[in-house]
Parts: sequence; C-alpha cells; structure tokens
Amino acid sequence: MLLIHCPYCDETLPEPEFAYAGEAHIDRPADPQQLSDEEWRDFLFIRTNAKGPHYERWRHINGCARFFNAVRDTVSDKFLTTYKAGEARPDLAKLLEGQK
Amino acid sequence: MTHFSAFSLLKNALGGHKNWDKQWPDSEPKSEYDVIIVGAGGHGLGAAYYLAKEHGITNVAVIEKGWLGGGNTGRNTTIIRSNYLYDESAGLFDHALDLWQNLSRELNYNIMYSNRGVMMLAHNVHDVQSFKRHIHANRLNGVDNQWLTKEEAKEYCPPLNISPDARYPVMGAALQKRAGTARHDAVAWGYARQAAMRGVDIIQNCPVTAIRRGPDGVVEGVETARGFIKAKKVAVSAAGHTSVLMDSAGIRMPLESYPLQALVSEPVKPIFPCVVMSNTVHAYISQSDKGELVIGSGTDQYTSYSQRGGLPLIEHTVAAICEVFPIFNRMRMLRKWGGIVDVTPDRSAILGKTPAKGLYVNCGWGTGGFKATPGAAHVLAWTVAKDEPHKLNAPFTLERFRTGRLIDEAAAAAVAH
Repeated sequence: MLLIHCPYCDETLPEPEFAYAGEAHIDRPADPQQLSDEEWRDFLFIRTNAKGPHYERWRHINGCARFFNAVRDTVSDKFLTTYKAGEARPDLAKLLEGQK
Repeated sequence: MTHFSAFSLLKNALGGHKNWDKQWPDSEPKSEYDVIIVGAGGHGLGAAYYLAKEHGITNVAVIEKGWLGGGNTGRNTTIIRSNYLYDESAGLFDHALDLWQNLSRELNYNIMYSNRGVMMLAHNVHDVQSFKRHIHANRLNGVDNQWLTKEEAKEYCPPLNISPDARYPVMGAALQKRAGTARHDAVAWGYARQAAMRGVDIIQNCPVTAIRRGPDGVVEGVETARGFIKAKKVAVSAAGHTSVLMDSAGIRMPLESYPLQALVSEPVKPIFPCVVMSNTVHAYISQSDKGELVIGSGTDQYTSYSQRGGLPLIEHTVAAICEVFPIFNRMRMLRKWGGIVDVTPDRSAILGKTPAKGLYVNCGWGTGGFKATPGAAHVLAWTVAKDEPHKLNAPFTLERFRTGRLIDEAAAAAVAH
C-alpha cells in the first residue's frame, strides 16, 4: 500500500486517506477565447504519462481535504517528495540525488 | 507444422507425447520488414495473422519485449461481450464477437470460447433504466442483449442472492447470451502459430526502445535492444507502454497508464455457470474451466507502470463480491496480479493512422481490450495493409480529441468497462 505524506497535516498516512487527482502543473489557459483546437486538445486530453518520476496532484480527501502535489516514480510507485499546492516544481536532479 | 486433430492427438498419445512439433519458431530479427508490429499480445499477433491471411503481406515481424502473450493478454479476466451503447463501439465489439464464435476452428486451436452469457446486475432504479436503454440501443444495432427479471436472473445463475433483504438487492439484469469467456493464453498462441506458419517472424525478449522517423517524417523502422530494424510500416500495439513509444516518434498521446488488478480463488467444483458483472457494487466474477473463481473490478486510482497495484483495491473488489455473493465469503484467494492498461479520456480505443506516415496505432483499450482481440486485430491489419481505416474503426481516430467527436463510453458505462 502507498504511504503518502500530506504536507499540510505533516503526517505520513495510508493510501485510502487520499484521492489521486491527475497530473500536476497543468495551468488553465489564461485567455480561453484565443485557444486553437490543437491547444484545447493538449490542455484537456494530452498527458505526460511519464514512465519514471511523475509530477502529480493528490487530495487528502479523508483528512484535511486539501490538494497538494507530489513527485512519484511510476515504475517503483515510490514517492520522491510531496509539496504544497502553488509551490514551484521541485528540481528533479536534486530529488534523485537525495534517493541515492 | 502439425495440424491438430483427434487423429494427431491419438498418434502422439501413443508416442508418449514426446514427438509434438514446436508450435512456432523463436525467430531472430532480419534487417528489414514490410511491416513491424510492436507488441506480441493477442491484438498484435492477430493483426500479423490477418495481414498474412487476408492481405498477402507475410514479410512481417511481431516484436515483443517480454514473452509472447505475457502482457495484458495473459493478465485479463477473459470476459467477452459486445453490449455497448454507442453505434461505433457496438459495431467494433460485435465484429469481434462474430469472429470469436468460430475462432477455434479457424485457427485450428482450441481457444475454449464459451458463450456462457454475461449478466449485468441492476441494483437500483437508475441501473434498471440505464440497462433497458442499453438493451433497446443494442436491439437497434442488431446486438444480442435481453432484460431478465430477478427471478429469471436467479434461474440463469443459481448462486445469485435475490432476497430483498440483501444490502444491494437485485432488481433485474441485462443478459447477453452470445457473450462469455475464452482461454486468453490460447488466443495468443493460436494466432502466433497460424501467423508463424504463414512466414511471420515472432521475436521475443527484444524491447523496442524507439520509433525512428526520417527527416520527411516518414517512419523508417524501430530501434530495439538488438539493433535497428528497418520497416516500411510500423504498427504499435503495446497497451500501457504505447505513449512511451509514441513519444519517441514525437507524437504525444491522450493516454494514461493505470494498473488493473485481478485475482483468482482456489479451484472448486463447478458452481458458477456464467459471467456476472455488477457495475454498481463494482466487481465481476466468473469461474474458469480449472475451477478458480476469476474476479476483477476497476483500475487503481493512480497511474503506474508497476504491474502490481495496491491492496486497497483488492479489498474493495473482494468486499463487493462478498456483498453480491455472500456464499463466497469463506473462499480463499490463490493469487492476484496486475497489468498496465492505457486509458483514453473517453474510454474508447484509438485504432488507426497517426500524423506520421507509415505509423499506425492500436491502443486505448483501457480495461476492456481482451474481448476486442479478433475484431481489433482484423481491422488493424486492414488499416495497415490499405493505409486507410476499415469502416468499423474509422471513428476511432486520434484526431477525435482535436475535433471533439468523442465516443463517450465513459459516460455510457459509468464505470471502467
């Protein structure tokens, strides 16, 4: 079972407390009227689907109910880090260094 | 290669079963092919078979990173049905169901297709209305599906608990009688044997690492662990790894890969005559010919390539089965496993051409690819051979995510399907 660290509660808790919420750092279009069909497709449907470290959102649905971000390796399912929503994307090289 | 028959079985029985031929050779890659298919699952091997048989294209290689049929073909719960709501899906899945009926004879290989019926339970008023709508839509499309009262459902499937006191009472069921199960490994083996007999190379333990395109964007071949292999056409049929491969060709896909788990119980005497699915309680169950109860439900919530999945989902699945079939609450489970399924935003497959000339894709079958095997393979072969889609897969384009012409089975089924 995944053990997930909620950066708001500062606790590491089992997976059933959390809901997965898809890829992280996908910004809503600033000016939707100006988007082409290709840009709408990319925003709505195209995902990185990374094999390896993946930036993703989780929600502590059965706890504080807040959304946060995580970096998880999709091959090993191991979390590299979790961080609060709105914070910048952590540097992957540093995270991987920390794993060694 | 030996033609399998009662006579060949008898002959080999007398020889102590020591003289059977190898069913297909383990080929070494040549430097060039007309068509390379990436992924030796049922879909890929089937496409190679139909390319050779119906289109006369035999300079074909099927390249597999692991062993033949070791991906989702060997990991699913073998359920076959075609009672889909939308015209596009019903057409494609019913084409597959037509091919399933006679596949053992066609392949000279017992795939153990059993049209024991797939029953979908209705537990509330919404289920009843939604299934009746499906039945009417299916009837208009010529797809077999019928409504059963709860008493009729009990008669068709005696282990069913139709007591009004059940936590999720059964209010009726939709039954597709022509649907059923097949022996999944045998489907891959049967196609592999027939394809190899017609000259197709099956190359195992050879991961394809990238798809190479020329400066004009046309496909040139594939990079593999055993070096570059040239090809005029490449068809990707790699399930959960499709987006990784397509990325290497510079094409981003509307796919996400999730673990889908299944489990089997210890084998018991025949008790369960058909396939039962409950979308509301969310699990499905059948009994294999070996006697194991074969159980599954939806995907894990998070994307992953781990082929494992988490235990919370197994607990949810088994709890759902025990709710619907309390008689199984003391069954012991034997093993569980996971496969990586590629899910599209509208839960319908992508089967057709791509922006790269000479590159074709068959993916996005999500949690329901096994049932489509012969149909998908058949129209994929057509698409590759003629460089244009068959009328059955024409709506299943990659382009639909730009135009918005989705085939929204996600909304129709309300669960993974």
